[in-house]
Amino acid sequence: MSDIPLSGAPLSSPVDREEQARQRQRRLERLGAWVMPALVVGITLLGWDWVVRANEIPHYILPGPGLVGETLIEDWSILYPALQITLTITMLALATAVALGVGLAILFSLSKWIEMSLFPYAVILQVTPIISIAPLIFIYVDSKLAGLLICAWIVAFFPILSNTTLGLNSADHGLRDLFRIYGASRWQTLRLLQIPSAMPFFLAGLKIAGGLSLIGAVVAEYVAGTGGVGSGLAYTILEASYRLDIARMFAALALIALTGVAIFATTSLIAHLCLRRWHESALTRER
Amino acid sequence: MADGRAERVATGVAATAPLLRLSGVSKVFAGGVTALDGLDLALHEGDFVSLLGPSGCGKSTALRLIAGLAPPTSGHITWRGGSEPDLGVVFQEPTLAPWSTVFDNVWLPLRLSGQTRTEARERVEGALAAVGLDGFAKAYPRALSGGMKMRVSIARAMVTEPKLLLMDEPFAALDEITRFKLNDDVLRLQQSLGCTVIFVTHSVFESVFLSNRIVVMAARPGRVVTELANDAPYPRDQAFRTSHDYVEHCRAASEALRAAMEVPA
Repeated sequence: MSDIPLSGAPLSSPVDREEQARQRQRRLERLGAWVMPALVVGITLLGWDWVVRANEIPHYILPGPGLVGETLIEDWSILYPALQITLTITMLALATAVALGVGLAILFSLSKWIEMSLFPYAVILQVTPIISIAPLIFIYVDSKLAGLLICAWIVAFFPILSNTTLGLNSADHGLRDLFRIYGASRWQTLRLLQIPSAMPFFLAGLKIAGGLSLIGAVVAEYVAGTGGVGSGLAYTILEASYRLDIARMFAALALIALTGVAIFATTSLIAHLCLRRWHESALTRER
Repeated sequence: MADGRAERVATGVAATAPLLRLSGVSKVFAGGVTALDGLDLALHEGDFVSLLGPSGCGKSTALRLIAGLAPPTSGHITWRGGSEPDLGVVFQEPTLAPWSTVFDNVWLPLRLSGQTRTEARERVEGALAAVGLDGFAKAYPRALSGGMKMRVSIARAMVTEPKLLLMDEPFAALDEITRFKLNDDVLRLQQSLGCTVIFVTHSVFESVFLSNRIVVMAARPGRVVTELANDAPYPRDQAFRTSHDYVEHCRAASEALRAAMEVPA
C-alpha cells in the first residue's frame, strides 16, 4: 500500500502489466480492423493507376481508377435509376424469400408430412442453376420486373427455408419437455420456444440470402437481356460493353459491389442487434 | 424422535389416500430395452422420496412417466382426485431459455397458463427471493454461475406452488459446496411450500440428507430392490450432516445400493 506509486499508473485501477499490454493490443486491433482494409484498398487503387499510366493502356481496354470515378459522377443520371431498379428487385426478392421461407419453414415444423412432400422441390429449385431456369421464366411471365423478381427470389429462398427449418427443429429437448409438462399450446411452443431458438439460424440464412438475391437479380437481367426503361445495373454493364465504354462498365460494377457490401453490413447489423444479448456468436468474452 | 415419526406416519398415511400411486408400472422401449419393470410406489402428501440407483436403473424413466412425458407400457399411474395435479420439474441441466432474462424464465410456467407479466410479477419476484436471487431478475442466464442457473430452475419449478415437485439429478453437475447449499435450500423450500418431492439421485449422501424415504433401484431391467425409511426429523441442518444418525443411514443406504447392484435380474 505505502509503496512508491508508479508515475502514470492510477492507483484506483491496479491492472498488471500483462493486462495493460492486452488492453493496448485490443485497442490496436479495433483500429486496425478499419485502417488495414482501407490501406489495402488505397494501395490497390494506386497500383492500378500506376499500371495504367506506366504502360499507357488505352481507356477502352483498362481505364484508370480516376476515370472510373469521373464516369461514376458524369453518368450518375444513367447509373442511379439502374441502381434503383436493381436495389428494388433485390429487396423485394429478399422480402419475399423471408416471408415465404419462414412461412414454409413454420408449416414444415407443424407437419412432418408436408416437410417430406415439399422439401425435395425446394432442393431441386436450389440446385438447378438459375441461369438455366430464367429463359423459361421469361417465356411464361410477361412482366420483365416480375420475371426478374421470381429469379432473384428462387436464389434467395433456399437458405432462408433450410436454415429456419433447422432452427425451428433445434429447440432444446429439456425445454420442449418443460413446455409439454406445463401444457403449452402449439402456438405458445412456436412463439416462445421454437422461433427464439430459430433466430440465430434464420439470421445466418438472411446474411447468405441477402447477397444471393443481389446475384439472382443481376444474373436474371443478363438472361432477360432486354433494355429500355426500367433496366438495372446488369443491363447497363451489357450495354456499355457493346459501346466499349469500359469505364462505365467498371462504374456499374463498383455500384453492384458496393450494394452487396451494404446488404451484408445491414444484415450483419440486424443479426448482431437481435442476438447481442444472449447468443454466443454475438458475445465478446472477457479473457 | 420416535413420537415425531409416529405423528408423521399417522397424519401422512392413515388420514388420506396417497397423492400418487404407481402399480406394476413398466416401460419397454421400441428397441426392446426394459427400462422399468413392475414399479410399485405409493407417494403420500409431504413425502420426500429419493429414487437412488446406478445409471440405467430406470429412475429417470420413472420420473418421465410420472410427468406424463411418456405413457407406461403396462401398469397404472393413479392420482388422488383422478387427474394430474400441478407439477414442478427440475432437470439435471438448468434448462433455461438463453434468450430470456431470469425474470422471463421464471415467469414461463405462469405465462403458459395465461398470466401477464404484471399479474405474475409478485409471484416471480417471490420465487426469486426464495432462492436468493433477488436483484438478478434482469440478468441473462449466461451471466450466471452453474449454481445460480440451477437456482433459477428451482425458482421456475416453485413459482406455480406445485403439489408435486419432480427433480431429476438436479445437482449432479455441481461442485460439492454448491450442492450442499442447494440441498439446504431445497429442504427449506419444501418445508415452506409443503409440497411432495420425488428426487432422482445417484448420491447416497444426498438421498439420506434430503428424504424421508429412499427407494433403492437396480439396473437391467430397472426395478425397485428395497425401500429404506429415514425418520430423522425435519428441519435438517448442518448438525444432521455430522450426526451419528446420518452416518448410520448412509451406511445402510450404501449397503442396500451395493446389494442392489449384485442382485441378478
